[in-house]
Amino acid sequence: MLLIRCPYCGERPEVEFHCGGEAHIARPDTPAEMTDADWASFLYYRTNPKGLHAERWVHNHGCGRWFNALRDTVTDAFVQTYEMGAPRPDAGNASSTATKAA
Amino acid sequence: MRRFSISALLKEAANGHQGWERQWRAPEPKKEYDVVIVGGGGHGLATAYYLATVHGITNVAVIEKGWIGGGNTGRNTTIIRSNYLFDESAALYNHAVNLWEGLSQELNYNVMFSQRGVLMLAHNHHDVISFKRHVYANRLNGVDNEWLTPEECKEYCPPLSISKDIRYPVLGGALQRRGGTARHDAVAWGYARGADARGVDIIQNCEVTGLQRHHDGSVKAVETTKGVIGTKRVGVVAAGHTGVVMSRFGLRMPVESVPLQALVSEPVKPVFPCVVMSNAVHAYISQSDKGELVIGAGTDQYVSYSQQGGIQIINHTLDAICELFPQFTRMRMLRSWGGIVDVTPDRSPILGKTPIPGLFVNCGWGTGGFKATPGSGHVFAHTLATGEPHKINEPFSLDRFRTGYLIDEAAAAAVAH
Repeated sequence: MLLIRCPYCGERPEVEFHCGGEAHIARPDTPAEMTDADWASFLYYRTNPKGLHAERWVHNHGCGRWFNALRDTVTDAFVQTYEMGAPRPDAGNASSTATKAA
Repeated sequence: MRRFSISALLKEAANGHQGWERQWRAPEPKKEYDVVIVGGGGHGLATAYYLATVHGITNVAVIEKGWIGGGNTGRNTTIIRSNYLFDESAALYNHAVNLWEGLSQELNYNVMFSQRGVLMLAHNHHDVISFKRHVYANRLNGVDNEWLTPEECKEYCPPLSISKDIRYPVLGGALQRRGGTARHDAVAWGYARGADARGVDIIQNCEVTGLQRHHDGSVKAVETTKGVIGTKRVGVVAAGHTGVVMSRFGLRMPVESVPLQALVSEPVKPVFPCVVMSNAVHAYISQSDKGELVIGAGTDQYVSYSQQGGIQIINHTLDAICELFPQFTRMRMLRSWGGIVDVTPDRSPILGKTPIPGLFVNCGWGTGGFKATPGSGHVFAHTLATGEPHKINEPFSLDRFRTGYLIDEAAAAAVAH
């Protein structure tokens, strides 16, 4: 079982949390202008990386708050958790790190 | 290929079994193939086999990063059934069951297909209604499925507890008698042997690292750790690593890869006559011919390539097993493992074309790909040979996520596929 550091409560066991999938997928501002392919990409297509992955988690059996986490999908280790709305911490070198881990 | 037969067996028995040859070659890749298949699991090898036997295309390479059958083919719980709700799925999975029935004879390789029946348990009113709907829908599609009362379930599977005092009592079950199990490794080996004998090159320990394309965008060659291999058509059959391979080709996919766990007990004498599944309490169980209880657990909730999952997932399944089969409470578990399964948003596979001309994909089987191995290989071979999908896999296009024509088996089959 994973040990997850909630930014608000500290380290808690995984069973207190629910994973909300890939983070930083913004709902489109102009839905009327979206093509079907755009909607498919927004709704269904995912990065699914082997390496560092940014995803949403909710501490639903704790404080109930959402946060983002940077996790390595090869080792399952959490690298960092951060608040909703904050940019991805490794945004500058995300792709290179992910490729290296893969 | 030297055929297995009683006379061959007797001859070798007299010879101390020294005369058996290797079952497939270990060739170096040629400069060019008509078709390159990425992924040497059951589905990839079956595809190669049917390309050779049905379509006469033998200049084919199967490129495998590790060893054949070493991924999810060797990690699943070997259950075979076709009692899917929707017409499209029923056609696909029943196509596979039809092929399973003649597979050992066709391959001249014993895949130990055993039609011992798959019993799916209902534990609440919703289950009962839903499963009866499945039974009727299946029958309309020519798929055998029947409703059993709790007493009939008990008669079919004596270890089952139908006590009314357990947390989730058994209210009945849907039984597919044509369902059962097969020896997973033998499926990969049988297809590999059959394909190799017809000229297919199986190239192991060779990873695909990239794709080269012509000016018009179509496939020109694949880049591998053993050099560049020219080809006009590529079929990616990489299961949990489909996303990784496709990202190297510059494509995103509507799949996420998650761990799915299974475990086996110490081997015991024959004690369990069929396959029992319960979606509601999440457990499925059968007994291998070696005597181990083979138990399937659920998926973890996050993307992972670790090939291991959380212990709480296994505990949850074992709780359910112990409640349904109290005699197993003192069994010791021998080992557990995880496989990485590629799950699509509608829990149905993707079999067909991609945006790159000449590149085809067979993925998204999620938690239930093993049962489909022969059918999947058969229709994907048709797709690779003709460039167009077979009518059975036509609905399972990648494009359905754009058109909205989803085959939403997720709601119908819950978690256990």
